[in-house]
Amino acid sequence: MPGVAIVDLSQHTAMLDLKRLHDAVVTGDANTSRTLTQEALTAGTDPLQLVNQCLVPAMDEVGRRFESNEYFVPELLISARAMKAALELIRPLLTARGDKPLGRVAIGTVRGDLHDIGKNLVASLLEGGGFEVIDLGVNVSPETFIATVKEKEATIIAMSALLTTTMPAMRTTIEALKQAGVRDKVKVLIGGAPITQKYAEEIGADGYSENAVGAVALAKKAATAAR
Amino acid sequence: MHPVIERLLANGPVVTDGAWGTQLQARGLGLGDFPDLWNLSHPQAVAEVARAYVAAGSQIILTNTFGANRIRLAEQALATKAGEINRRGVKLSLAAARGQAQVFASIGPSGKMLLSGDITPDELRQAFTEQARALAAGGAEGLVVETMSDLEEARLAIAAARETGLPVVACMVFDSGKAKDRTMMGQTPEQVAKALTDAGADVIGANCGQGIAGFVSICQRLHAATDRPIWIKANAGLPTVVDGKTQYHVTPAEFAGFIPDLIAAGAAFVGGCCGTSPEFIAAVARCLRTSPEP
Repeated sequence: MPGVAIVDLSQHTAMLDLKRLHDAVVTGDANTSRTLTQEALTAGTDPLQLVNQCLVPAMDEVGRRFESNEYFVPELLISARAMKAALELIRPLLTARGDKPLGRVAIGTVRGDLHDIGKNLVASLLEGGGFEVIDLGVNVSPETFIATVKEKEATIIAMSALLTTTMPAMRTTIEALKQAGVRDKVKVLIGGAPITQKYAEEIGADGYSENAVGAVALAKKAATAAR
Repeated sequence: MHPVIERLLANGPVVTDGAWGTQLQARGLGLGDFPDLWNLSHPQAVAEVARAYVAAGSQIILTNTFGANRIRLAEQALATKAGEINRRGVKLSLAAARGQAQVFASIGPSGKMLLSGDITPDELRQAFTEQARALAAGGAEGLVVETMSDLEEARLAIAAARETGLPVVACMVFDSGKAKDRTMMGQTPEQVAKALTDAGADVIGANCGQGIAGFVSICQRLHAATDRPIWIKANAGLPTVVDGKTQYHVTPAEFAGFIPDLIAAGAAFVGGCCGTSPEFIAAVARCLRTSPEP
């Protein structure tokens, strides 16, 4: 039955391409990622399926390699870039048909802290993980975080501090969110060199991760809980 | 070996200094204030910290210039002050040392990542060259490229520092990987030792990133992979926050207890990083004076 053979062949090719797209993200090849995503979309692959069955598993594999010390920050960054290249083509299609991102994250380093390497890394991995990220930059005041929750409806606040001297601003920001009456509207996640789980609990944050890969898992958990 | 380093090491391991930021905070530096700016605004307080380390037995003290490159200063709208802040920083340490200690000036990272395109090699080269020249002009007797996470950035800083002709120390942070024996970018002590040696640093080593216990094996591995003397400045251990105040639970005596192991592992210069104070350095100096020659 020639008809069946042709269908099988095309499915086989499509699967091969998805495997190649998966590998392009894992190895951080942004150009190939972009090209294969475009081809898959042109061929009629469902964008959400592409995300869930190919790109998310690819980033999971990147995370696994990071956890097992095969990957370090450079590899994370280039994989996040390859993921972003794919998502830039996919997101407009999802938005057009009303699919919402996983969550909207307002991220920044706390007031007084100008160290943004960790924050930038978390921001790109969150984007790669399917979140909409509002990057508020460095030295972000509690008022700015509050305004972002109120005006842009951020569902997650992610705060970073590198210094023991600036980490108290995390507590201040959480207090300010309470004062402004918006603490219940958001999940607050924190991270940075001096931060510990114990500190997160002490100041009433909703979560802490010691690295950027863990931060994405944490944000996903928070997003699920918020729904 | 650079003649300055050779002279310093002639009588065995050398005691360096401890943390500066926390010492300045104890003297009123506010949360989020830029410490390096105090070279201009609060020179007395900076000089006091330097004197405290000399009194504690530091044979080398650093300078309050860790963040005084124009990239970091630009965040404070102070880029044009880079030269002045660096020169003043060296002069304050020199005045405190009064010939009893050598002054090696601190060059910290830019705080930006080459890999993500936030900064270019040229911008880094210019910033480090400007800082190294200002430190040399101020009278520094050596330069310390410290707390580096990225070998590429460290290489650029070393090259800029070497142009001054001063001895150059280069040390990196090992805080990544399960065993905390990799840099943020994933390099091993062996790779770091080779790269820093190839880049022409006179002394290589590790600082910050983790408590002193983790430094012994890193020191050993660095030492085995280079012919350069090893520089170690460890943290006092992980801080905890109690009632909003940062506390380190390692005592000066406990810290100094690791010094014989570090010396045995090949350390030639020992001191402290985050969480250490003149008390820690005094304990380290006592330990070195009483321990037999390695």
